[in-house]
This record gives sequence, C-alpha cells and structure tokens, in this order.
Amino acid sequence: MLEHLPILQVIVPLMAAPLCLLFRHSRAAWLFALIASGTALVISILLLQQVLATGLISYALGGWQAPWGIEYRIDTLNAFLLLIISSLSTVVLLAADTSISKEIPKEKHSLFYVLYLLSLTGMLGIVATGDAFNVFVFLEISSLSAYALIALGSDRRALWASYQYLIMGTIGATFILIGIGLMYQMTGTLNMHDLSNRLPEVAQTRTVFTAFAFVIVGVCLKLALFPLHLWLPNAYAYAPSIVTAFFAATATKVAIYLLIRFTYSVFGFSFSFTALPLQLLFVVLGVLGIFVASSAAIYQSNVKHLFAYSSIAQIGYMIVGFSISTVAGLTATLLHLFNHALMKGALFLALAAVMHRIGSVQLSALKGLGREMPLTMAAIVAGGLSLIGVPLTVGFVSKWYLVLALLENGWWPVAMLILLGSLLAIVYVWRIVEVAYFQPRGGPGELSKDPVREAPLAFLVPIWLLVIANVYFGIDTRLSVEVAQTASESLFGLSQ
Amino acid sequence: MFLGLYNYWIVVVLMMIGFYIVIAHGNLIKKLVGLTIFQTSVFIFYISMAKVNGGTAPIVGDGIEIYSNPLPHVLILTAIVVGIATTALGLALTVRIKEAYGSIEEEEIQKKDNSTC
Amino acid sequence: MLSGIYGLLSASFFVAMDAVDVAFTEASVGAGISTLLMFLAITMTERRDHSVRHKPWLALIVVVVTGALLIYGTLDMPYFGSADAPIHVHVAPRYINDSMQEIGVINLVTSVLGSYRAFDTFGEVVVIFTAGVGVLALLSVSRRPENDAKIDALNVSMHEQHLILRIVIKILIPFILLFALYVQFHGDYGPGGGFQAGVIFAAAVILYSMLFGLSTARRVINQPFTQFIAALGVLLYGSVGVVSLLNGGNFFDYNVLSDDPVAGQHLGILLIEAGVGLTVASVMIIIFFNFQGRKEYGQGQAKGDV
Repeated sequence: MLEHLPILQVIVPLMAAPLCLLFRHSRAAWLFALIASGTALVISILLLQQVLATGLISYALGGWQAPWGIEYRIDTLNAFLLLIISSLSTVVLLAADTSISKEIPKEKHSLFYVLYLLSLTGMLGIVATGDAFNVFVFLEISSLSAYALIALGSDRRALWASYQYLIMGTIGATFILIGIGLMYQMTGTLNMHDLSNRLPEVAQTRTVFTAFAFVIVGVCLKLALFPLHLWLPNAYAYAPSIVTAFFAATATKVAIYLLIRFTYSVFGFSFSFTALPLQLLFVVLGVLGIFVASSAAIYQSNVKHLFAYSSIAQIGYMIVGFSISTVAGLTATLLHLFNHALMKGALFLALAAVMHRIGSVQLSALKGLGREMPLTMAAIVAGGLSLIGVPLTVGFVSKWYLVLALLENGWWPVAMLILLGSLLAIVYVWRIVEVAYFQPRGGPGELSKDPVREAPLAFLVPIWLLVIANVYFGIDTRLSVEVAQTASESLFGLSQ
Repeated sequence: MFLGLYNYWIVVVLMMIGFYIVIAHGNLIKKLVGLTIFQTSVFIFYISMAKVNGGTAPIVGDGIEIYSNPLPHVLILTAIVVGIATTALGLALTVRIKEAYGSIEEEEIQKKDNSTC
Repeated sequence: MLSGIYGLLSASFFVAMDAVDVAFTEASVGAGISTLLMFLAITMTERRDHSVRHKPWLALIVVVVTGALLIYGTLDMPYFGSADAPIHVHVAPRYINDSMQEIGVINLVTSVLGSYRAFDTFGEVVVIFTAGVGVLALLSVSRRPENDAKIDALNVSMHEQHLILRIVIKILIPFILLFALYVQFHGDYGPGGGFQAGVIFAAAVILYSMLFGLSTARRVINQPFTQFIAALGVLLYGSVGVVSLLNGGNFFDYNVLSDDPVAGQHLGILLIEAGVGLTVASVMIIIFFNFQGRKEYGQGQAKGDV
C-alpha cells in the first residue's frame, strides 16, 4: 500500500465525506470525521518521511503516464504542506463537536462534517496534484465547501460574507482558469512538470505573459493579498468559530503554495521575476498589507475581526519573504507558513472556547476573563506573544529568518519596516491583555452575571497542544527549518 | 491576423461584459448572471481553441481523417459542472439573504450592516 | 432570461465547433437547470431591480484594463482552426490515434473523460456533490405534517386548472426517463454519458414535481433516499478506483479490472458513468426540491400558518 500513499492522502477524506452524510447522529459523524482526518494525518507523516528519504514521488493516476494522464507529484514542498493541513485539521476537529453544539442547529451537524471533510479533501487535492487543471477542480471543491461552511454561521452577516467571498473567489478561480487555458494553448499540455519544460520556448510571447498575469492575480485573490483581501475579515469573523480556526490555519497557506508552485515550478524562477516586476510589486504590497491590516486590527471591537486583520498582516510577511526571491527568503516564507498555522490555529480555537462560554467575542465582553478562564486566556496571550515575535515562540523564529534573509539581500529599510510591524502587533495584543486581565468583570457589555467557567477539556486539549507546539518549535527549530530549507533549495534547483 | 484571431476577440468582449456585470451591478442575482456569462465565455474560448479546420466532432468514424481536439471538450464539461454548482450555491445564498435582510441590493445590505454595528 | 438565451446560443456555437458533448451539456445545464433555478430564486426574492444608479467608474476601468490585457495576449496565439497549433501536436494525438486500441470506445471525449483523465471527472462529481450538500445546509427546512395539508390544498387548487398539461406530462415522463437511460449508456458511441443523463432524469422528476406538487413528488422520491443516492454515486465512482488498487494497479487503472485490458476499460467507464449519473440526478433533484421547499416554507410563513 505504501506506493499508493499519494492518492490515499486525498481519497481517504474524499470517500469519507459522502459516507459521513449517512450518519444522522451528530457525535457519530464527528468521530467518523475525526478518524478520517487522523488517517490523513498519518499518511502525510509517512509521505514526508518518504520524500525526505528518497526524493520526489510521482504517481500516475489511471496507470496513464503524464502528460496523457493526471500525475500526483510529491516533493518536499507539498509534503510539508500536506502535513500542515492534515495536522491542523485533526487538531481543530477535536474541539468541533463541542463548539458547534452551540453555534449550529443540531439537524445540520452531519452536513457540517461532510462539508468539513470536503474542504479538507479540496485543500489536500490542490497541494498533492501535478496537473494544472486538476488544481482548478480541487480549488473549486475547497472553495464551494468553504462558502457553505461560512454561511452556517449564526449571524446573518455570515450569509453576506459568504456571498461576497463566493463572488470574489469565483472571479479568482476563473482568472486562474483563463491562465491555465492560455498556457495550455501555447504548449499543448496541462501537466505542471511538462509545462515547465515547454514554457521556456514560448516564454517571450505575449500570450504566456498574459497567462502569467492572470494566474498571479487569481491566486492573489485567494491569498487575500492587499488590496484583494476584502473578503477575508468578514468571512473569518462571522463563520462558525471552529470553521474560522480551520480556515485561518490552512486556506491561505494553500494559496501561497499555489503562488510558489506556479512561479517556481511551472513558469520558472527566471521568467517569473523578469516578466512582471514581482519583486517590487510583492514587497510593496506585502509591506502595505502588514501596516494597513495591523493598524486596522488595533481599531476592531470584535476580537475575531482583530485576528482576521492580523492574519492579513501575517500574509504580508510571507509575501515579503517571497519577494526577496532567494533561498533564504523562501525558507523564511515556508517557515512562517508552518508557524502561522500553529499560531492562528491556537488563537482562533481559544476564541471558539470563549464564544462557547460567553456567547460573544466582542472585546468588551472579555472583561476580567483572565481570572475566570485562565487557561484559555493564557493561550491567547501565548499566541499573541508569538504574533509579536517574542523569543522562545515560533513567531520569533519566522521573523528572525525573515529579517536575516532581508539583511543578506541588503534590504535594510524593509527589515526596519518588518520590526515596526511587530510594534503594531504589540498594540493590538495588549488591548486584549488589558481588557482580560486588568479590568474587572461586570458592567456594560456583559451578557450575564453568572460566573464563567473555564473552557471544557474538548477545547483545552487541542488549544494547549498547539500552544505547546508554538513553544516547542520555537525552541527546537531543527525539524521545521530543515524541511523548509530542503523545500526551498529544491525549488531553486528545479528551476535553473 | 484579424481573420485568424477575430474569434478570440469576440470572446474577450463577451467575457468583459460578464465581468463588468459582476462588479458593477448591485443586485445579487444580476451579479450571478454576470458571473455565469463570464464563465460561459471562458468555455467558448477553450472550445474555439479545440477546433481544427476541416475536422469533425471527436467521435471515431470510418473514413474520417481529421478530428477536432477532444481534450478541451473534456475540460469544459467539468468546468460547466463547476459553474452550475457555483450558481446553485450563489442563488441559495441570495434566497437566504433576502430572508434575513429583506433585500437583495448590495447597497441596502451594507447600510443595514453598518447601522447594526 | 438573458442568461438562458446566452446558454442556448453558446450551445449552438459549441455544435458549430464540433463540440457535441459540450453542446449537449451546456444546453441542458446552462440553458435548462440554470435558468430554472434563477427563475425560482427570482420568484423568491424580487422581481424588479431596485438598484440605485450611480457612475461605476472603477468597475469600468478594471474591466477595460483586463480586456485590453486579454486582447494583448491573443496577439501571439495560434490562429483559430490551425492544425499545427501546439495543442494539436502534443498530448492530443495519442488520444485520437491510440484510444481505440487502448480503450476501444469511439467517443473520444468519453475515453479521455472516463479513463485518461478519470480523476478530474471524479473531482467534478465531488464538486456537484458539494453543491448539493451546500444547498441542503443552506435551504433545508424541517417539515411538519400540519403544514403539508395546507400546502397540499394550495397546490391542488392551482393544479386542477392544468388538466391537459397534467395528462400530457404523465405520458411524456416515462419517455423522458427512458431517454435519460439511453443517453447514459450511449455515451460511448455518441454524445452523451453520465452527466447529461443525470440532468435529463432530474428534469423529468422536476417536471413531475412542478405539475403535481412538491409534497406528492416527495412521497415518490423522498429526501433521505435522494441523499443516499447522491452519496452512493460518489462512492461507486471511488470504489472503482479502490478495486483497481486492490487488483494491483494504480488508482483508476481499469486495465486490471478484468483479464482483458480493453474489457476492463469498458467496465471501468460503465461503472464510473453510472456513478456520475446517480449523483448528478440526485443532486439536481435535491437542489430543486430544497429551493421549492424553502419557497413553500416562506409562503406558509407569509400566510401566518407556520
């Protein structure tokens, strides 16, 4: 069975989804989904081990060799992402049963798990495949299930947020489809590896340039790169809390993967950075994203909105790393992919716990919560410290590598701006700390006068798993750095 | 050149009409119609690519030498399905939004959201 | 209406471009289902457009820039119809030349869709399944028996007026269903296949439901059953792949499904097309029933019954 791991990675959650539809009982559906996600996690670990040991894995679906058939192509980069996605999915699912009990009507619970598994399938499928059109198909699977999941939020604004996301997301996907069509027209193939061989001969044509432009813009819409980020804050804020935790940790990472994959592996490094002034464009947009989003975060009264804007800022960091276009820069971006997933996963899960206990995530409702939900709020503080980039947390590791990469490249001003961005993060994290620990419970903004209990174990376990991971990988960085570096180097090597 | 490419230019115009409707109109259903037109135009683009002069539909028959390319057809069949799936979800959302907000005009919905915040 | 007309026009364009399978699908889906759903949604929301007129400068600029970029991109394209374009000399020739020996199906679109790129088609089935589940999550309402009686009364009074229509439709429906089956199995030899067949089958059921009332239709084909069939279709498709794995081949390698590779290919394609047909038909029915059901729920609310 080991040689079939690549396809099993996607097939396990994929087949689990319709099966889940047959479970009427909420708890049974949850357990089933958990087992499916856990299996996907085990497979991803095995795959990563295999790739690190023996190199690239290629799998021909249908027994037909690429480019006539569809190929699954696993290298260090996507194995890394498969691990991130499946591990965060499983950890978040641990709390799902408890979280949705109060946020989603009971009769929709099994539908929720079906959609969750479909979303997981979509993301894994995007990452594992080596065929450009297959990317589009699984992109739509993950997007459609996302629109539905977000719309399950109890506030009516969830519906509007989902609709806006649908419109923007579909435009993005259609742009990517146009780009794929143009690439196909000039080369005759859809296989990404084959494309990388054939595109150089037609690289100077206007058609390929246009193809590149459309793919980049389409991916940036999905990425929530400033200024195409407008769909994200509302989508994250009004979706059911567990959905936000899942997406904040995974969805944008997949889009960044697509950006890296298309620029490095398909179009090639030299073409990508000369055809369009990507370096300049991305460093400017990245930095703007960091500042605009971090500033916006400071003024939010809804904590989910606050962290959503924070996510947009973090994506800005990743894009800056990407724009440096050196091995070090790409390593920093990949590291941050992993670290940010851990950070935001923990933060949004903790918020889900707060929502579960007090029914609100308005900043004013969090007064004095530091004393009544100590473990949960401590987790938020830890996550916040990680966001700021305090040593001993994963956030510090990412910033460190990013600043190093910037300095190595001689980009002193940008490095300064990065550090300034951290200052902004201190402001918005402090707002939460101040309210939670330094203000008394009671007064306007309270929903009830009853004492609040600590979050149930179903939340605390996954939250603290992620917090401990935050610290562990902040201290022992060997695994994450080694994988990120290997992936980065192989991407540069491939596109010589 | 015009004769060789006019086909694609017409498609681009159609695409842009659809795209314009999506981003300029405020009525939720009109936006979805625009999206459909945009997507369908992309399909026409792919299918035009596939045509070979003097070719027939890609179904093997005696005596036929030239066939049009079946691969874009396959891709578009899938893309049509994706399109209808998106439209169905979009319309379901629109129905729910109408129930919740009492309107399907973008500006009115924004106004209601801003007043509750 | 406009989008429906556009759908039909593009379908005829597709026929002109030799894309008969696509034309068939676009006609049934784009011109058929899509228009139907839009009409339904419009009756449930607003019939008139209340939008405020204002100058959309930004939108215009974006569209013009995008369009200009696309036209710029067309300038280096191979000319329309030319036989030596890259896409006609790479990858496609094998499908055209070798698929008869390798797969033995004369409809090349079916051979590519069903075998060479079967995994994409699997993804497509999952997409439609996702849409069905999404619509369920958004629009389903729990049904209470006392409402049924009131809704039934409403429907009966409406439908008694259409006696001739009812008789004609009752005769037509079996033929439509038969046609759907024909299309399902004829996909190897001519335009057709699981997707188109599924849509036609669903159309017959929807027609029945429109004329005889949703609750009657639901008694014939109930919700849990359609959901089960939708799931079954996806699982059937996937299990073909799993069986390939168990027989020693890669996922979706039909050659190992039988002693003779070509027979294996035929079997594989037959089964997956059946999966597609099942899921597509049931999801279309689910979507329509849920829209209609939500509409009746809304009507019941307006009358103060619910």
